[in-house]
Amino acid sequence: MRWIWIDRFEKFELNVAATAVKNVSLAEEHLHDHIPGFPVMPASLMIEGMAQTAGILVGAARQFQEKVILAKIGRATFTRLVRPGEQLVYAARIVNVNETGAAIEGVITVRTTVGGAAQEVPVGSVDMMFSHIDQNMSGMKFPDFNFVFNSQFMELFETYRRELNIQIPG
Amino acid sequence: MPMTQEEVYAKVKEVLTQALAVDAEEVTPEAKLSEDLGAESIDYLDITFQLEKTFGIKIPKDELLPQDLFSKPEFVSNGKMTAAGIAELKSRMAFADLSKFEADPDVNKFRDVFTVDTLVKYVLSKVNG
Repeated sequence: MRWIWIDRFEKFELNVAATAVKNVSLAEEHLHDHIPGFPVMPASLMIEGMAQTAGILVGAARQFQEKVILAKIGRATFTRLVRPGEQLVYAARIVNVNETGAAIEGVITVRTTVGGAAQEVPVGSVDMMFSHIDQNMSGMKFPDFNFVFNSQFMELFETYRRELNIQIPG
Repeated sequence: MPMTQEEVYAKVKEVLTQALAVDAEEVTPEAKLSEDLGAESIDYLDITFQLEKTFGIKIPKDELLPQDLFSKPEFVSNGKMTAAGIAELKSRMAFADLSKFEADPDVNKFRDVFTVDTLVKYVLSKVNG
């Protein structure tokens, strides 16, 4: 099973931005293990969720032909804990993309209820960079097989794609 | 109005302190991006993007860092850049001081060409035409 940390896309604007959500549930073991007795979503896994949202956005910008690897987290700031029963929202925006990689600005919010009223409140922000590793500057060689966007991933992406009618040219 | 070297240097310094998480005083004109400031390959892309944004310029692939030359056998032989390769570098990198690399053209030492001053001169050549 691939390590998937987003449940669905809500918005997907090719080459521009994408928003994905993840429901946080007590059925997930990591909530029990991170801080025993005080279940919260680990920040590291929120970074992974943002990386998956943004990585798919960056991959789609090159028709999934590049091997897109998270290469740098320039800044990650968290201001609020995320608890079970809440819904994480990952909003990723492409700041720049070229042949060798991409820069992303990510904003994380959470949908929750306060006094019975639904609210969406800030959780943090993450700036990250992705490398198209076949075009990387170190000159390293990687397998021809696209191990990032493999057939298992593309099947999953198909479910995302159908839901939002995302058009990928090429 | 053309930008002065001091203006460009001040902004390049800001870009580097942010992209490489180094202190401003470490960013001297002669500091080497990789050896002294710890830049890794992804940082060069980060710096490129930030220079584009800061100065409103476009940096085409292989212009600042002509890595395309390093995969061509006529320009690289036994891990050293050939005379033809050096000549090509000189014609494409007028903004860089290549004298040390020319004396010892070991391709693994090419990154040493990239000092803070190299970046400043490159940006000056872009913003002032």
